[in-house]
Amino acid sequence: MRRLIYILPLGLFVVLAGYFAVGLTRDPSVVPSALIDKPVPEFALPPLLNDGKGLATSDLKGQVQLVNVFASWCVPCRVEHPVLMRLAREQGVTVKAINYKDKPEDAVRWLNQGGNPYAAIGADQDGRASIDWGVYGVPETYVIDAEGRIRYKVVGPVMPDEVERTILPLIRELQG
Amino acid sequence: MRAGLRACLAALLLFISSPALAVQPDEVLKDPAMEARAREISKELRCLVCQNQSIDDSNAPLARDLRVLVRQRLVAGDDNSGVLDYVTARYGDYVLLRPPFKASTYVLWIGPAVVLLLGGIGAALFLHGRQRAVAGGETAAPLTPEERQRLDRLLREDT
Repeated sequence: MRRLIYILPLGLFVVLAGYFAVGLTRDPSVVPSALIDKPVPEFALPPLLNDGKGLATSDLKGQVQLVNVFASWCVPCRVEHPVLMRLAREQGVTVKAINYKDKPEDAVRWLNQGGNPYAAIGADQDGRASIDWGVYGVPETYVIDAEGRIRYKVVGPVMPDEVERTILPLIRELQG
Repeated sequence: MRAGLRACLAALLLFISSPALAVQPDEVLKDPAMEARAREISKELRCLVCQNQSIDDSNAPLARDLRVLVRQRLVAGDDNSGVLDYVTARYGDYVLLRPPFKASTYVLWIGPAVVLLLGGIGAALFLHGRQRAVAGGETAAPLTPEERQRLDRLLREDT
């Protein structure tokens, strides 16, 4: 009994050290999404291009797809752009986009230069719809299942290793 | 002379300047009471870009958007907690600078008090034990005759 009392502080220390050790390995700039496993928010955005498509809640049902939030002024978006191009062209993944607080002409120039991986693009000029998505920086990418629920979120650029390790397996799994 | 004047002017400017406010004039609501509520709510919300600032302090564009959103919700008739709920539904509890009291944060809120309590109990037990030892006259037992003989021998050897 007496020995137990002496061991107690050590035990407490180990528990706390473990707790902090786990906390230190987490990236504090990545905020977990509050919307995982929830339906995509109600929103409707006008088209960026003159193709009349735009993007709204109803467009995100019926198939597994990605929603990518991007802007032409966003440097990490340039990093992930080729990755999204490959996903769309080679892997046959449907990628739709929210163009965040961008000048339409800048966004169009960027797509003409680097190619357009997007099946539809909604222009969120004031960033209001993106707030409903819980966006706090660009780029962000969401995996949406066939029922229109958000299943996964990538904060920052989508990198090839994450595509291989997480995103493609998840998409295949959701497609059944 | 010139340098002295310039120094005085700089000191004066420093004195009359106030810290820059993040809230822009065009965001401010006409109703002062509602604006005060908006400021109060803004101080509770974390700027997700700068993370250790509230949206009331932050100059980040997203913080501005959220300040405008807070005011829109107030004008639409939300009460203070309604506005906080609206933002929390989108960004999660992390957006609150004061974490809510719930199962996942019990350790955070109660932990320090528990540690303090355990330390207090430990200290009390230790002090109590020591006091009892003193009060109970728990001194060394008197020497046995053999011990006394040995002690005497040792003392004699010493001289």
